[in-house]
Amino acid sequence: MKVAVLKGGRSLERGVSLRSGARVEDALDRLGHEVVPIDVGADLVKRLRAEQPDVAFVAMHGVGGEDGTAQELLEILGIPFTGPDAAACARSIDKVMAKAAMRAAGIPTPDSFAFTQTAFRDLGAADALTDLEGTLGFPLVVKPSRGGSSLGVKFASAPADVPGALVAAFSYDDRVMLERFVEGREVAVSVLGGEALPIVEAIPAEGDPYDFEARYEIGRTHFVCPADLSPTERSAITDAALATCRALGCEGFARVDLILGADGPWVLEANAIPGLTDTSLLPQAAEAAGMSFEDLVERILHLALSPAGVS
Amino acid sequence: MATIRHTSRMTEVPQPPHRRRAHTSTRDLERYAGLFAERTTVMRSSAMRDLMAVTARPEVISLAGGLPDTSTFPPESLAAQMSKIAAESAAAALQYGPTEGFDETKDCIVEVMAAEGMLPDPDDIVITTGGQQAIDLVTKTLVDPGDVVICEAPTYPGAVPVFCSYQADVRQVEMDGDGMRIDLLEALLAELKAEGRRPKFIYTVPSFQNPGGVTLSLERRARLVELARRHEILVVEDNPYGMLRYGGEALPPLYQLDGGDFVIYLGTFSKILSPGIRLGWVVAPPPVLEKVVLGKGATDLCTSTLTQFFVRQYFAEGGWKRYVGELVDLYRGRRDTMLEALAEHFPAAATWTEPEGGLFIWATLPEYIDTGDLLAKALRSDVAFVPGQAAYVDGRGKNSMRLNFSGVNDEEIREGIARIGRVIREQVELYEALAPGQGSAAAGPGTPGREAEDLPADAAAEAEDAPAEDAASNVVPLRKEANG
Repeated sequence: MKVAVLKGGRSLERGVSLRSGARVEDALDRLGHEVVPIDVGADLVKRLRAEQPDVAFVAMHGVGGEDGTAQELLEILGIPFTGPDAAACARSIDKVMAKAAMRAAGIPTPDSFAFTQTAFRDLGAADALTDLEGTLGFPLVVKPSRGGSSLGVKFASAPADVPGALVAAFSYDDRVMLERFVEGREVAVSVLGGEALPIVEAIPAEGDPYDFEARYEIGRTHFVCPADLSPTERSAITDAALATCRALGCEGFARVDLILGADGPWVLEANAIPGLTDTSLLPQAAEAAGMSFEDLVERILHLALSPAGVS
Repeated sequence: MATIRHTSRMTEVPQPPHRRRAHTSTRDLERYAGLFAERTTVMRSSAMRDLMAVTARPEVISLAGGLPDTSTFPPESLAAQMSKIAAESAAAALQYGPTEGFDETKDCIVEVMAAEGMLPDPDDIVITTGGQQAIDLVTKTLVDPGDVVICEAPTYPGAVPVFCSYQADVRQVEMDGDGMRIDLLEALLAELKAEGRRPKFIYTVPSFQNPGGVTLSLERRARLVELARRHEILVVEDNPYGMLRYGGEALPPLYQLDGGDFVIYLGTFSKILSPGIRLGWVVAPPPVLEKVVLGKGATDLCTSTLTQFFVRQYFAEGGWKRYVGELVDLYRGRRDTMLEALAEHFPAAATWTEPEGGLFIWATLPEYIDTGDLLAKALRSDVAFVPGQAAYVDGRGKNSMRLNFSGVNDEEIREGIARIGRVIREQVELYEALAPGQGSAAAGPGTPGREAEDLPADAAAEAEDAPAEDAASNVVPLRKEANG
C-alpha cells in the first residue's frame, strides 16, 4: 500500500511531529508499505495529488496538524487518513470547545473560564478576574485554548501571577483558559478502535508538580504502565476517557489526559493525534497491551481504511 | 556490500540494512533510564528545544543563530586551496594527524594571536575541533562533579550544557556595561573561601560577550588577572570575536596581560574564516596542556587533518587579514542597522546593549514578559531569537533575548526586528489592560540599556568601578539582583 506520512508543518510541535513521523515511516517500511514522507508545507495539496497515496498517516501535532486543518484538506481530496475526522480534531484541540462538550455529556472536568484578548482589551474583562479567581481558587492553571504540549501552560499561585500567566498563554493562542487546579496522579488513557489501552501513569522524578517541562522526559519522569490502580479507579478512569472520546467524536484514535484526584478522575483534555515518539505514552500503552509498534501502526492504518470497524 | 544486521527476532536470515527497531514499552524506557549516567539528569531537552526546530524553516527570519556570513568567502578561493591540497598532499591530508595539531597550522594560530598582541609559544597550543571542544576539554581536564565554575551572567549559552554535563556547580557573576562586575566576583571568591571551596576556573568572554554584547574594561581586565594570580585560580578566556571590532579602542586580551600563567586562552577560526572547518584551539600552561591533549586523544584522536591543511594553504596566500577586514565592515553595517531598527520598533520599556564588536545584541524587556513564550508568538510571525534563559543555569534571564546581526542581511534585520517589536508591543498592551498602571515600568532587572535614565539610581551607584565618562552612556546592570 502507498502511504503518505504527513509530518512537521509550521506547528510549534514540529520537532515532536518529525520524530513521530520518522518512527512511523520506519515501521511502515518494515511492514512492506511504500512510504511517501511529506513535511507539510504550501505544496501539500500538489504533492498529494501527484503521489496519489492510498492512505495518509497523519503524524502532525499541535495547531495546523491536529486541529482539523490538514484533515479537512484530506477529506476534500478524498484520501482516507488516520486519526479522527476534521470536526473531531477541531473539537479536541480547542480545550474550551472540548470542555463544553464534556460538560454537556456529564464528564467530570475541572471548572474553567475562557477569555479572548478582545475581552481584556476592549471589554475590560480584567475587572472580572477577581470574581473568577474567587470561584476557581489558587493555585490555578492558565492555558492557551489550543495546543497539545505544555507550551504556555503556567501556574498562578496568587492573584499577582495571573496577568503574567495570561500574557504568556496569549502568546500561543488568541483564547486562553483559567482552570481550577486539581491535585492528584497524572494518568493517560490511549484509545484505539473504541477500546481503552492499559493506563499509563507519569510520575515526575524530581517532585516539582509545577514543572511542566520535565513531563514526559526520560529520566525526569517515571512511567508506569499499566498504572498501579484499584479496579474501581481503573474503571472510573477508563469510563471517563471513553465517554470523552465519544463526546468529542475521536473514539477511533486518541489519548485522554486525566488527573486522578481524591474524589475521582477529572478529564483535562483529549489529544486527537497523540505523539508516537520513543517517549510517547500511546506506544507504551500499546506495548503493555501486547502490541509492537508495527502492530500499532498497522492497526491505526486499518482503522483509517475501515472506519466502520470502530465499535 | 551492505552490512548484514540481525534483529533480535531474526537471528538466522540475513536482512537488508534497516533502521533500528522501535523500543517503546515502559519497561524499555525505564531500562534505558536506569542505565543513564548521573550527569544526564542535568542535560535537559525541553519543549523549548522543540520550538527551535521551527526556527529552521526557510520562511523564518532567524536572529537566533550565531552564524557568520560564510557567503562572503569566495568559492573560487576555496576551490583553488582544495585543488592544491589534492594535487600536492592528498595522502597526508587524508591521514590521521598529531593529537595536538600540525606545527604549520599552529603557526597560523600564532599569526592570528599576534594580530591581537599575543605571542604564545606554539608548544603551548593544542588545535581542537572548534572552540566548543576547547571549552569541553578544559572543563573535562579541570572539573570534578560539584566543583565550582564561575562565569558571567548571562554566559555563552553553549557553555551551559558543557558545565552541566561535567556536573559543575556554576556560579554566575553579574555584568554591567563594562563586563563582569569584579567587585561581585571578589565577594563571591571571599564567600567561597569562607566555605573552604576553591573555584576551578572563571570562564569569561571578555570581548563583545556572547550573549551580552558588552566588553570587559581595561581596568577590570587588569583586576581580573591580578585576582586570578592572587587566588591561584585559572581564568578561561574565550575570545572568538576579538578581531571583529567595529569601533572604539582595541583592548589587550587577558592572556597578554597575564602572560599565560593563570589564563587559559581559547580561540577559533569560526568567526574569522569558517565554522564549518571546525578548527579552534587552546593555549594553556604546559602541565594543563598535557592533560588537555590526553583528554583530546580520548575524545577524537586528532582534529580534522584536511581542514588543518586548508588553513595552512589559506594563510600562505596572505589574504586572511583582508578578509577579516571585509567581515568587520559588513558586520558593522549590520549592527548599525539592527540598532536603528531596535530604536524604531522596540517599545520604550525595552533596553538593549550597543556592542562595539562581535555578533550579538542583548535586549531586555519588562519583567512580566517571558521571552520563551514570546518566541512562540514571534514564530507565528516567522521571526526567531534566542530566549535569555538559555544563558543562565538557574532559570533567570526570562525577560531577555539574544539577537544576532551577522548571519542575516540588512533587509532581514529590519523586517525581523519590526516583527519582534510588533509582538512585544502586543504583549505590553495586553499587560496594561490586565494590570493597569503596572505595565509602564521600564525593563526589569535583566540588562543593559542604552540610556542612563533607565537605570535605577542605586544600581548606578553600585557600578563603582565604571569610568566616570561611561557612566552616563552604557553602565546599566545586566541584572541587579540575584534572585530574579
